[in-house]
Parts: sequence; structure tokens; C-alpha cells
Amino acid sequence: MNFRTLKILLSKEIRLMKRNPFIPRIIVAMPLMVMLVLPLVANMDVKNVGIAVVDNDCSELSRRIIADMDASEFLSVNSCEFTYKNALQMMENSNADAIVVIPDGYSKNLAGGDMPKLEIDANGVNATKGMLGANYAAQSVISTLAQWQTENGIELTASSGSVMNYFNPTLNFRNYMIPALMVVLIIIICGFLPTLNLVSEKESGTIEAMNVTPVDRFTFVLSKLIPYWIVGLLVVTVGMIIGWLVYGLDPVGNITDIYLAAVLFSLVMSGLGVTIANKSETILQSIFMMFAFIMIFQLMGGLFTPIASMPQWAQYFTYAVPPRYFIEIMRSVYLKGAAISDLLPQYMALSGFAIAFCIIASITYKKRA
Amino acid sequence: MKNDIAISVNGLTKRFGNFTAVDSISFEVRKGEIFGFLGANGAGKTTAMRMLCGLSYPTSGIGTVAGYDISRQAEQIKRHIGYMSQKFSLYEELTVSENLTLFATIYGMTDKAIKEKTAEVFRTLGMENMRDTLVKDIPTGWKQKLAFSAATMHTPEVVFLDEPTGGVDPVTRRKFWEMIYRASSEGMTIFVTTHYLDEAEYCNRISIMVDGRIKALDSPESLKKKYGAETMDEVFRIVARDAKRGDLKCLYSHQ
Repeated sequence: MNFRTLKILLSKEIRLMKRNPFIPRIIVAMPLMVMLVLPLVANMDVKNVGIAVVDNDCSELSRRIIADMDASEFLSVNSCEFTYKNALQMMENSNADAIVVIPDGYSKNLAGGDMPKLEIDANGVNATKGMLGANYAAQSVISTLAQWQTENGIELTASSGSVMNYFNPTLNFRNYMIPALMVVLIIIICGFLPTLNLVSEKESGTIEAMNVTPVDRFTFVLSKLIPYWIVGLLVVTVGMIIGWLVYGLDPVGNITDIYLAAVLFSLVMSGLGVTIANKSETILQSIFMMFAFIMIFQLMGGLFTPIASMPQWAQYFTYAVPPRYFIEIMRSVYLKGAAISDLLPQYMALSGFAIAFCIIASITYKKRA
Repeated sequence: MKNDIAISVNGLTKRFGNFTAVDSISFEVRKGEIFGFLGANGAGKTTAMRMLCGLSYPTSGIGTVAGYDISRQAEQIKRHIGYMSQKFSLYEELTVSENLTLFATIYGMTDKAIKEKTAEVFRTLGMENMRDTLVKDIPTGWKQKLAFSAATMHTPEVVFLDEPTGGVDPVTRRKFWEMIYRASSEGMTIFVTTHYLDEAEYCNRISIMVDGRIKALDSPESLKKKYGAETMDEVFRIVARDAKRGDLKCLYSHQ
């Protein structure tokens, strides 16, 4: 490898990038758009779960349970029915996501020290809403009961326990998505730009002018990869600034840990991009190929759905999906304040992928046909 | 191998599937010669040239360029040649001087040498006022001269020119050939493909390629004598009479 050649090739790449009417804009505009819009729409918090109550007790306590549920921002009590049949009708008509049945004599039995059962039925058609709704309803009932028991001097019955969410106390999905969206940005920007760059050199014929010179192919490929470290860092920086200014979310952990992971992951993506470009003759081919990878990366990297809930074979497969490690790093550093020492396997895996893709990119680059 | 041979090729062949683009060609080019490589479109000129430049693997046959083997020492060859493709191949979004510096640096010229050489190029081309102009903004004729200068900055032993004068006016073509003569007088061997038959007259020796084979090879004078022709145009018509490939009409439309 020749450093003087690498230097002049890098200055060429950076000049071309700056003079391109499109690239500097996309580096700023795309993070802006994604970070401003997506956290609001890619939201899996469940709100306004419709509840139908069958109150067979009609006591002070049962009315309080209903009122507290209705007051919750997640639940809305849509109707109070006298028979379970009517409540089920509500659910069938999609007017309720869950049914809460308060049995006859609930209040009296509870005061007597019994543990009467309250029933919650959820609508499984919208699985997320039904599950979470039933959960929210249960939590609401538990907290009302706890208050009522304290007020009336009744010894607290061993409740079924309550849930406490660490690191993201409000379980705000937005906080969970923001670090992951920066991963999406690097996947797209650092994946597509080097691919398009190299294939357009093929289409314009400048690549041939390079191939007929004694330039070493590893040096040439490096000059195509290194500029995207800078781009990756810029993208993450814009993302973090918006996360902080707009959503008030700043990383609990060290920013340098985030930058290190971003550099490694940018290298993985641009290495993949160059490899794809090496194998494509036209821009169209390369875009299609890149899309296939990006689909898998986004759906299997644990971005939207937890890896732990995938089938076992798919979970094994995700070990080969590089964004998996970057997403884990970003979420842990951002929300938990984890350090490199806590995430050593992830950093090692990313480094491994980065080196592998650089090597594959240089090997697949052919100066001769 | 004799010392005064710049290019030597024996049985060079390139097949793409069933199609034989270059069919066992053999020839030698002497050092300092201007060697014209003629043929209709599709005759296999560019394919042959790409093998000599180390851009394409030969299917079979052997050869050397500047003393290096074309199959095994392609990267060595690339240090000693300059190449100008028929597709304009400078970076449009770089300035004139950025392009020259880029290629000169890759060929390992020192900063001092690059500075002197670019100054000289700008002086001889009369391009001093364009040194900081983006290449996409300069006229085609200038671009071609610039591409030639970029290919010869490092004074290579052999310069390969693939239809260097395509699409330029006669005056610019004439000037371009002056540049070729100047490079030749500095000791560079020139290997040039063309389908302008008047340009063939400027070469020391020419070969005429028909359907992937070399059908005639000699100096323009000897060829005219051999075929009893007045002009190279006539020679070409006789030699390429039985051509199955290529578009001869295209060739003559330039005349």
C-alpha cells in the first residue's frame, strides 16, 4: 500500500463528494427527516385501549376501580355493561379491546381478607393492543386496590406484584427507537453512497483510467471506504443533536463509544457497498442488490422486533447480521450507559465484520476482466 | 527478446463464449515507432489493446509489453505505459490541474516533477488560464489533448491510444497528431487505433484488422505498392473486402 497514492485518492474522493450537488445535502437532510418524523410515527406505545366493564359488585370500590382506569392515559372505559354477554358484544363490534369483570361481593370479600378474583379478558385480534391493554388494566386495578387497602387500614394482601421499567421508565418507544434510527441512517447512507459512487465510475469510464494505472487495488478500495467513516460520524452527530434538541434524549453512556461503533459499522456497510458495486455492471443492478441486504438488515437486526422473539433458527441467523451488534451497542450506551468493557463481544463482532468486508471488497475488486 | 522491441505478441486470442473477438494475432512494434492499428468497428482493435494494457486476460497466446509478460506481469506493464481510452476518462468534477496531479501521483512522480511537468503541459497546450477550470467545463477538443497529456505525463515507454480523435474537427485532429509526433520524438512508442484512414498515413507502420485477424501489416507506402492502390482508403477496401463483422459503412462515412 502506498500512502502518497492513498492521500491523493482520498483528496479526490472528498473533492468529488463536496462538488456533488446531491451528496452533502443528503448527508444532512436525510438524518433530519428520519429523526424528526420517524420517532413520532414508528411508535408502538398502545394508547386508548377500549375497556368494557361488567360491574357485578356496584360498590364504592368497584366504581373507584372504573374511575381510575378511565383516568389512565392508556385506557378508556367505553361502557359499563350489566351482563358479560353485552360486554362480549362490545368486543365483537370492536368497541372494546378488553373486558374487566368485577364479581359480585368483590368489595365485601376483599374487606374480609379474602382474595376474590377479578377477571380480565383481552381481544386477541389486535394482539399487541389486547395484550398490553390487559396488562395496563391489571396494573391500574392493582394500584387502586393498594391505595384502597391502605386507606381502610386493611393489611396489604400479597398482590400479584407490579412492574417497574428500568432505563426507560415510561417504556417510551421513542427512546427505544431513536438510537436505532441512527443505525438505519448509517445502513442507508453508508451502504448506498459508496455503491453508487463506484458503479457510476464504471458507467462513466473513469474506473478504466484507474485500472490501467499501477494503483494497488487495496489502496484504491480504501480510498472508497475511508470517506464514509467521516460520513457515518456526521450522520450520527446530526442524529444525536436532534435526539437531544427535539426529544430531550441524550446518551447516558460515553459519546466516544458511540462514535467508535459508528466508525466500525460505517466500514462494514461501505465494505458491503463496494463489494456489491464490484459485482454490478449498472446502477440499477447495484441498487436492487443493496435493497435485498437492507431489507434483511432492517427486519432481522432487532430494529423493530426483538431478536429474542424470533424463531430459534432465525436467532442463530442474526449473528451474521452486522447491524444487530451496532443496534445492541447503540441502545445499551444510549439508554443504560454501558461502556465498551460491557459490550466487548459486540465491538469485537463489529470489528470482525469490518475487517472481513474490507478484505472481501478488495478481493472482489478486479483490475482485469 | 531484442532490446529495440516495445511490443511483441504471438498468437494472442480472446474469446467471449463462442465469439472469438481476437483470433490469434501476432506482431511486433519497435521502440519509438508510431504503430497504427486499423480496423472497422467490431474488428477487435479495442479488445486487443485492452489485453496489451493489462485490462483483460488473454484466452491464449503470449506477448510482452515494455519487456513484461502480458499474462503474468500486468501490474508491471501498467507502470510503463500510458493509456487513453476512447471513452473520455478524466474526472469531470475535478479541475484540469487536479486531474493531472492525480494521475501523475499514482504513477509515482515526485511533487517537484509534477509541478514542472504540469507547468510544461499548460505552456505547450496554451491552457494556463484553464488550470483551475473543472474538466466538464472545457471544450471537447481541449479535453482530448488533456487526456493525452494525462496519459503521457510520466513519460511512459509505450502509449496506447484508443481512437483518440473520435468526434473532433480536422484542425483539432491535426493538432492532436502534432502532439503524438512530439511524444514519439521524446522516445515514446505510440500504439494507436483509428478508423480515420487519412490518419493511417501518419503512422510508421500499420496493421489492418479484419474479423479479429491481422490481414495486412506494413508501412503505408509498401501497402499501397503491394495492393496497387493510390490511397490507404483503397488499400483498406481491398483488404477488408470479405469482412463479415463490423460496419464498413461507418468507416467510410468518415471519409
